[in-house]
Amino acid sequence: MEVPILKQGHYLIATFQAALTDEDLLKLQDALVERVGKFRSRGVIVDVTALDVMDSFAARTLRALAHMVRLRGADTVIVGVQPEVAFAMVQLGLTLEGVATALDLEEALLLLNSRAKGVGARAR
Amino acid sequence: MSKTRDNLPEVTVQSTAETSALLRELVAHLRQNRTQLRQEWARRITEAKLLTAMSQEEIFAEATSVYDNYVEALETGTFEALQAYARNLSERIIPRGVETHEVVGIVLLLRDVLARSLFAKYQHDFGLLNRILDAYEPAANRIANTVAVGFVQERERTIRQQQEAIRELSTPVLQVRERLLILPIIGVIDPQRARQLTEQLLRGIRTNRAKVVVIDITGVAAMDSNVANVLVQTVEASRLLGATVIVTGLSPEIAQTLVTIGVDLAKMNTVGDLQGGIEEAERLLGYKVVPFGESIQQA
Repeated sequence: MEVPILKQGHYLIATFQAALTDEDLLKLQDALVERVGKFRSRGVIVDVTALDVMDSFAARTLRALAHMVRLRGADTVIVGVQPEVAFAMVQLGLTLEGVATALDLEEALLLLNSRAKGVGARAR
Repeated sequence: MSKTRDNLPEVTVQSTAETSALLRELVAHLRQNRTQLRQEWARRITEAKLLTAMSQEEIFAEATSVYDNYVEALETGTFEALQAYARNLSERIIPRGVETHEVVGIVLLLRDVLARSLFAKYQHDFGLLNRILDAYEPAANRIANTVAVGFVQERERTIRQQQEAIRELSTPVLQVRERLLILPIIGVIDPQRARQLTEQLLRGIRTNRAKVVVIDITGVAAMDSNVANVLVQTVEASRLLGATVIVTGLSPEIAQTLVTIGVDLAKMNTVGDLQGGIEEAERLLGYKVVPFGESIQQA
């Protein structure tokens, strides 16, 4: 199942609807990395609220995705990790280090907005 | 007959019909001398200084119902009623601080009192006394067993219940400001508690939409690598939900231990005390606390 990618202002939003196969994950990664450049996006939000399990491949792919997007000049925020999922991930050592996380979409937008302001302030 | 089912072979050699006839005789004897034996038993209980938590009248009342249940169990050979009674009795006396040795003690006393009365009655016919005791002993042993086990089980159930309650109370997740939670940890952290702590915090973060969490471990006396690991895991799991964790109140001893055993606490944001932690959290959330007068001057 493909993950729809929505463009919202300067940001791209990808919302997982259900558990994904490894192949779908890689497709999502490719599509996002490509579109960040195409739309000149400043941020990417990946919403995983619907996931009730996250395996090591998914966690690794999300981390790689975030780092790739970083190299393309945008920030990634993972949102909506469920408490049980977070607990299981930490037990497995999948901590998504170096990747920003937020409680939900609203928080993620606030976070990205504040970062954009920070960049703007520094540029001035 | 169910009562001979799991007895030893030499006891079952005696025909079940004879055993039940003897038991009937026994029960008739115990019924006949109820008042006197009961009084004797209550006297022995007081003498042995058992059940000191209860008054004389209470002991006598309980003794009466235990006695009747005891005789009934001997008569019917079924222990369900006695089991239920033992459970009920335990429920009533455990909160009053009655100990296991007291309960076992009074049942054994009753067994002794009844056996003595049998000795007195049948002392002229040693063969009959022997057969009566053959019928009496296994049943009496099973009764003693049933009551003791019932008491211990009830006690364990009470302890389990209390442990549950303590565990639930022991890890409060408190909101001090909009989007700011504190989690004071006090006492010893075992793996089970650690797990529960993490789960409650993660759930708290979600329901309170927390952005910053202050974990205060002033009340944790000692920390080993397991507990430190749990702490690191909790911090990381909270981060996955989008919350920042500040750990406060590490004592000098704990700080030394952690550095000595080489736990990687680099990822952790630590502040000296709870006050500092809350101030840091407020800074992260964009709050600024100013004295009342100043804020009026500014306005």
